[in-house]
Amino acid sequence: MTAGNDWPLWEVFIRAREGLSHKHVGSLHACDAEMALQHARDVYTRRREGESIWVVQSTDIVASAPADRESLFDPADAKIYRHPTFYEVPDEVECL
Amino acid sequence: MTAAAQREALFEYLLRLGDNCLILGHRLSEWCGKGPVLEEDIALSNIALDLVGQSTLWLDLAATVEGAGRDADALAFKRDVLDWRNFLLVEQPNGDFAHTIVRQFLFDCFHVELLQALTKSTNQEIANIAAKAIKEAVYHRRHSGQWVIRLGDGTEESRARAQAALEQLWGYTKELFDGDAIDEMMMQAGIAIDPGDFHENWRDAVTAVLSEATLTVPEATWSIGGGKKGVHSEHLGFLLAEMQFLPRAYPDAKW
Repeated sequence: MTAGNDWPLWEVFIRAREGLSHKHVGSLHACDAEMALQHARDVYTRRREGESIWVVQSTDIVASAPADRESLFDPADAKIYRHPTFYEVPDEVECL
Repeated sequence: MTAAAQREALFEYLLRLGDNCLILGHRLSEWCGKGPVLEEDIALSNIALDLVGQSTLWLDLAATVEGAGRDADALAFKRDVLDWRNFLLVEQPNGDFAHTIVRQFLFDCFHVELLQALTKSTNQEIANIAAKAIKEAVYHRRHSGQWVIRLGDGTEESRARAQAALEQLWGYTKELFDGDAIDEMMMQAGIAIDPGDFHENWRDAVTAVLSEATLTVPEATWSIGGGKKGVHSEHLGFLLAEMQFLPRAYPDAKW
């Protein structure tokens, strides 16, 4: 199975249920957007995993560089006050 | 008409529905592990499983109607060639990928029309199975139709292969719409409609996709049928030999 090597790579995002957000589930090869959608349906929703699919060509995704990890993310380590953990959640609040 | 004759006709009709699905499903399953790319391998296997699943529903119902103590497995695995009622189209060998896709597309367009009609059947069980199956069939048609467009409007080679497949398979499509005495009885009972009634719709749907694919609708210079009456091409025997081998060689096998 090598014929698909000249097909672009697509990233697949599935929304499991109404109200949830689309989650990245994997990638696949397809010749164009419509076939990417169909392949995503066939490869990633065989067990009723979702009810909505997004596909995005992998080259269209802009990613942060691993080399930038320290400067981008380490500074957040020292900001514990950004976590909303310094107050009591009333018992009546059910959605948290 | 006697109730027995009516029941026998319904049994025959259900066999046709079930056999088309099972034989085509088996043909597609032959691609499993050999698909041109992983994604398409899974797609073809999914469609194969859909069709085998549908055949189980039809053959279950056929067995119940027959009332002779056979079940769907007995109908699937213990009937010889002459007792099969599928169209010649669906038993034709896979050939290349274009051939498989064109065969699938010609059938899928028919299948959607047929199931649409059967959802209005006076037989509630048939209507229920059709309502479940049509969701799958609509997707099958989308899948094969999109491939026909890409193969036809693709490279010189893919176009030539798709056109060749059309020429080789076109003559088998007439049988899909040729009504006979069984169809007539089903029609009278409100169970099904004359398949000739949706020949025009089928042609329009097929033609629309073929023209988008820059493929040519073949001239109907030849046609052959007989599958739905049990007169098959030589290919079906080999298919059954493989499909039925295990339950025939090991009748009590379980897994």
